[in-house]
Parts: sequence; structure tokens; C-alpha cells
Amino acid sequence: MHSLNRRGFLGLTAGLSIATLTGCGTTGAQTSAPSTPRAGGRLRAAFAGGGAKEVLDPHLANLFVEAARSKALYDKLADLGPDVSAQPRLAEKWEPDAALTRWRITLREATFHNGQPVRAEDVLASYARILDSNRAFRAKSSLALIDLANSRAVDDRTVEFALKRPFVEFPNVLAAFGAYIVPAGAEDFTAPVGSGPFSFVSFEPGKSVLLKRNAEYWEGAPHLDELEFVIANEESARTNALLGGQVEYAHDLTPTTARSHSGSDRLAIHRAPNSAVQAFAMKVDRPPFDNRDLREAMFLLADRPQLVESVLAGAGQVGNDLFGKGYQHYADDIAQRTRDLDKAKFLIRRAGAEGLTVKLDTSTAAAGMVEAATVFADQVKGSGLTIEVVTGNKDSYWADTLKNGSMSSFRSGAMPIETHIAQRLLSGSGTNVTKWARPEFDALYDRAVSTVDAGERTSVYRDMQRSLHAEGGYLMWGFADWIVGAAPNVGGISTAPANTLDWARFDKVWLG
Amino acid sequence: MSLRRYALRRLAIGVIQVLAVVTVVFLLVQALPGDAAVALAGDNPDPRRIEEIRVAMGLDRPALDRFGSWLWGLAHGDFGVSLFSGRPVAEFLHDGLGPTLVLALLALVLLIPLSVLLGVLAALREGGPLDRVVTTVTVGLHSIPEFALAVVLIAVFGVQLRWLPPTAVGADLLASPAVLVLPLVVLVARPLCSISRLVRAGMIDALASDHVRHALRLGIGVTRVRFAHALPSALAPAVQQVARTVDWLLGGVIVVEAVFVIPGLGTILVDAVAGRDLPVVQGLAVVFAVTTVVVNLVADLVVFRLAPRSVAIA
Repeated sequence: MHSLNRRGFLGLTAGLSIATLTGCGTTGAQTSAPSTPRAGGRLRAAFAGGGAKEVLDPHLANLFVEAARSKALYDKLADLGPDVSAQPRLAEKWEPDAALTRWRITLREATFHNGQPVRAEDVLASYARILDSNRAFRAKSSLALIDLANSRAVDDRTVEFALKRPFVEFPNVLAAFGAYIVPAGAEDFTAPVGSGPFSFVSFEPGKSVLLKRNAEYWEGAPHLDELEFVIANEESARTNALLGGQVEYAHDLTPTTARSHSGSDRLAIHRAPNSAVQAFAMKVDRPPFDNRDLREAMFLLADRPQLVESVLAGAGQVGNDLFGKGYQHYADDIAQRTRDLDKAKFLIRRAGAEGLTVKLDTSTAAAGMVEAATVFADQVKGSGLTIEVVTGNKDSYWADTLKNGSMSSFRSGAMPIETHIAQRLLSGSGTNVTKWARPEFDALYDRAVSTVDAGERTSVYRDMQRSLHAEGGYLMWGFADWIVGAAPNVGGISTAPANTLDWARFDKVWLG
Repeated sequence: MSLRRYALRRLAIGVIQVLAVVTVVFLLVQALPGDAAVALAGDNPDPRRIEEIRVAMGLDRPALDRFGSWLWGLAHGDFGVSLFSGRPVAEFLHDGLGPTLVLALLALVLLIPLSVLLGVLAALREGGPLDRVVTTVTVGLHSIPEFALAVVLIAVFGVQLRWLPPTAVGADLLASPAVLVLPLVVLVARPLCSISRLVRAGMIDALASDHVRHALRLGIGVTRVRFAHALPSALAPAVQQVARTVDWLLGGVIVVEAVFVIPGLGTILVDAVAGRDLPVVQGLAVVFAVTTVVVNLVADLVVFRLAPRSVAIA
């Protein structure tokens, strides 16, 4: 349903902006219709950057701007579709053997910017680089189940991956954040060579990256002649640059900006629903939240519509304590939780927690977290429990809250539900912030990832989600829209969730 | 004390000051929660991965060891490499220094004549309408923080009227000078107020002083007395304030750089501290410390020349 509606939605927004333009006749200059693709032009896109952290090595990519640049310059074997399921990219198709431990990948005919074909050898070399035991690339843990020594290039366009265990969701691995394919032996990324829709022109760290159209791109050449990424860390600066005509695309705007410029003839707001989940994480292995009643009480105390309205300024949807609303395998058949103060009071009394004060760790590491914590602390008042909001250091926040405290603000971008479970909810997961560790849950996961039949697999995922919904540690209260602003003449901007293939994807964008 | 001996002594103290600053900066960054590995891991803080990053960055070496080898490199003119990108710190400094220097120099070029002119005019018309207008405006303007002024100027002249570009995003500063107008107005506004107030006060004192009255009694022309006799001693406190302003300008004027998107030293510093990228932070500390010491030294020497009695023989 999600994928079906996407086109319709795009058409609708395009139609609406035309209506706005023609309707408000005062600015006759902007007559271009964004609904018909047009070739040519340079699009300048403003993103927040990381100064010293910025690199063009796609395996080191960490920031949104690096992910967007990597996407323009390179390809992955697979990427995430609008429903956050893996879609073939450089891999034309994949076929597992019956045991799900050997995967045969057929590469499509693609060439790097230097004219060399993309070969099986480049794929193996790229993955070997990511898996190098002396380095710490982000995709390493995702690729860790590949048995590289036993993987091989069958021919130039066929790779056979050996896995350490049966894994039916292997395409999710191919789509992992940062798992880009670079030419074999590439180590110097000052003038990077990829197989993506744009090729490298120039780079001034912390300031600008200029790329140009790759006419030979396997999926068809981009509409734009040139694409320039510029860095503006302040959201207000990105908005001002867009309003002042200095850029045509501004990434990551706040709901407040979106609200105050809705209907403006100077910029168009594009929203990508279900992009970022907003949550509170309770650690289930220690007091007070090792008590299941108390966790349920917290679930029942959250006034989700109020949180979405006040923290996200309405730019989002309520959550149901489960990750991945609208994604493949999401358990949308579980009833939506609503606030129930009486039941929560009863549960708090039954847990013997009346009069208890709980610290809620938060920080400005992600937008809206401090506000959400404050609003929630307010909603909890009168329940017998008190929440004390503690604002921590934003630079080390995620590492701090992984270890310490009992309740913390949490936020995550889109990823497949399987990946979310693997990284955060198994006994051996590296970033298990809720400390959820259940042998029976681990067993369900193992079963899911070795079940070939998609319907059967979904039903196992739903079982897992039912137990998380009933007694898990994540109070997922809302899903934020991802908001980008663009000049009114920019067409082709997708509304797929952030971190998926179509997000910040400029080869499908045009200047009207 | 001779000017030369005074200068040499101040220079020796300066070297010690610079060393002290970088040591303190190193200790402070060490004391911040989390290190570069934690900052880089961000929202994916898998402890195993953080440990791997730590080893890959060489952060598993003892702090004293790292500081020692950094100092050793510095003695050989080597600022080290960024923990994240592996690029030499000198390159960062070079990249960031350009925009900051352009801003700082242009600001000074505007600031010094304007503030002296304003101060002298106000002093010569002490108590008159001009003096009162200048006083009211400078005191008022001085109370507006850079941030607020910048936001208002951008909203009015950048976004609403569209007379000037609201940011310097992606622009080459010298090739498109229009982007510099608003940042320079913001940068000059407050120091203009404080320095012109100092010049005014100094000038009023100087005009009332014995040596000026004496010069007038000797029949020297009024203009000559004002500019050759009164002004130099009136400038002494202002020169020291200018030195402080230079520190402030080079300190990146973080707010101005952030609001107008000018990738100067301030931006680099903020990013480097957030990332705990110690070699970059240390490199910046050296630049700032050296600048501060040198600028203050020059200011004191100038004051020494202008009004020898006002420099305490320390």
C-alpha cells in the first residue's frame, strides 16, 4: 500500500504546488511546472555537515550528508525500498541455495566513472575492505555473517557468498548503511570513483562537493547536469539560504519551519512519513523497569497524540510501541495503545512503586528528545510516579545511555525490522539499550531468518512484535516525518522514509 | 626599561603562555565525557565497535604518550593529523584561517577608523546633540547580542527585502563580496560601540589634561593640539580594546560563522570539540594562543610608544 500510494502522493503534491503557483498570480516568475522532468541545471543542496568528520570514503559514511553523497557517487548491491524492504540495485538478482548459506548474486552491467566495468572482484574487494579486522567501518557488523574466505567470484558478473549461518534476509545485509561498492584496491578517496549516477568534480571539506551527471549510469542518466552539496549546520541557515535562492534543496527542516512556510510561494515542503521513530527506552534488566507492570504503566501513561502535536508540531503519527510502522513485516494488527491513567495507577500500586522517582536521561543529540522527555514527565504527574528529566552530554549520549541509567530518550532512523531486531533486541546485540535478552525471543528470530516462506516468516515476526508490544522496553510513542524544503521549481522529490533508496536521491530530481 | 628588553621579556612569557594553554586544552578535552571513538560511533554505540575505532585511531595509547608525541611533532612544525579524516591538521587550519582572516581584517579595516572618528567627534561635541545621539545609539547597539542582530538583519535584508544574500553558503567570500556585508555589520557593531566610547572618554580626559592646556597656551593650533597631542594618549586604552577585539574576531566569532554559514576557524573548533578530535582542537589552541599573545604584545608596544607612562613596568 505504501509503494502504491507513493506515486499518487508525488502527483498530488506536484498538482498542489501548481495550484498554489497559478492561484497566487502575484509572482509570475515561477511558472515552471515541476511535474514534467526537464534536463539540465545545477542543483545546490544544503545539508548539516560534520567538519573534521567529513570524508568521501563511502565506507566511513556516518552523517546524512555523507550518506547522500555516497548515494550519488556509488551503488550498493541492494537498497531499501519505500516499505524498507531490500530492492535489487547493482545486484540484478540473488538466489540462495536450499540451506540459505550460499547466495549467488548476479551483477547488472554497470561501469565505474573511469570506464571500468563493475566486476565480481570489486564487490569482494569492497566487502573485504569493510570487514578488515584492523578497521572499524560502520557496515562491518552487518556484513559479519559473510564467510569471505569461502566466497568467490564465479565469473565477472557473478558472486557467490558463503554465509556463516542460514540467513534468508541476506538482501538486507547487501543494503546495509555504508556497504557501497568501490573499485578493487581503492584507498584514496580524494578523487573518488564509483558507479553511481553522478561523478566527482571537486571537494572542499566542510564546505562543498561538486558532482556532475554520469551519462552512462546503468539506470539512466540523471536529469541534472550538476549537483552541489553545500554545508550549513544551522537549520535556520539552511532555510534562509533556500529562501534567499542560494540553494534549491534544504535537508532536515523542523516542523515549525514547515508549518510557517506551508503554502509559501518561495519554498515547497516535502514530508517523508515514518522516517524516524521517537521513543523512551526502559532497561528491563534492572529496577525499576525489570517489573513488567511498571513498564505497562508507562506505556499507558503516554498521551501519544499530545506528544506528536507538541513535540513534532503535528508532523508525525502516533506509535504503538513497535518499530517500523508501515514497513515490511510490521504488525499493524495489534491494537493501538491509548492513555489510561486509572489502569496505570493501579499497575504502579501493584508494582509497589508509588512515590517512586525515576530519572529520564535525555539530551539534544537528536531533535525533539528533550522536549519529549519534558512533556512526558508532565503526563506522568498524578500517577503516583515522578519522572525527573536529566539532560546529558549530547556528544557521548548514545554510548552513555547504552550502559547507564534505567530510562532514556531514544530515536532511530529507518531500517528493516529484521535489522532493528538483530542490532538491538537479541541477547548478543551490540546496541541493546533496553537490555531485552530472552532465549525464546532469540529462538524466534533464528526461526524467522531461516524461514523461506515469506508469509510464514511474517507470522514469526508478528509473534516477536506481540511479545515486544506486551512487555518490551521501548515506549515508541511516535514516528516523525522527515522534512525537506526545496525551491518551488524542483520536481521529483520522493516521500520515501529517510535512509531508504529514494530519500536524498538526486538522480530522479529535476529543475523546472 | 627599553622597548626592546620589554618586547623580549614579553615574548618569553608568551611562549610559556602558549604551552600552558595547549596543556590546559588537552586536559580539558580529556576531561570531557566520551572520546573521539564514542563521538564517531554516534547513535551506533556498539561497545565492540567503539573499542575497534579506539584502536584504529590509536586512542588506546596512554594520554601522556599521545600528548608527548604531539608536542614533539609541534616542535618540528608538525600539527599532526585529524583523528577522523586523517587529513593533516595544518590543512584544517589553512582552510579555516582564510575565511576568518578575511572577516577579521575587513572588520578591523572598517572598525578602527570608524570608531576613532565617532569617538573623537563625540568628544569634541561633548554634551551636544551629536554626542548624545552617538552615545544613545552606541550604548543601545552594544546591548544587542550578535546572534539577535544577525537574525534580525537576515530576516529583514536577506529574506524579506532580498537586498543582500542571507547566508554565505557555498560562496567564495572575495569573489562575491555581497555575502560579506551582513556578517561584517554584525561583527563591527559591538566593538564599534565599545571602542568609540573608549576613544570618546580618553579624548575628553586628554583635552582637559595639563599638557594639552599647556600646548594651547603655547599658541599651537587647535587642530594640531587635538590630533597630535590629545589623540595619541586618548587612543591608549582603545588600542588595548582593539587587541581584545582581534582575539574575539579570530576566535572565530562562532555565532557569526554559524548563522551566516562561513566555514572559518570557529566552525572547525565547534566541530572538532564535538568530535573530540584532539589534534585539531590542539592545533586551533596553538593558533589562538599565539595570536592572542602576539596581538596583545603588539598592542602593549604601541601603547608603550603612545603613552609610556600608562604601561605598568611589570
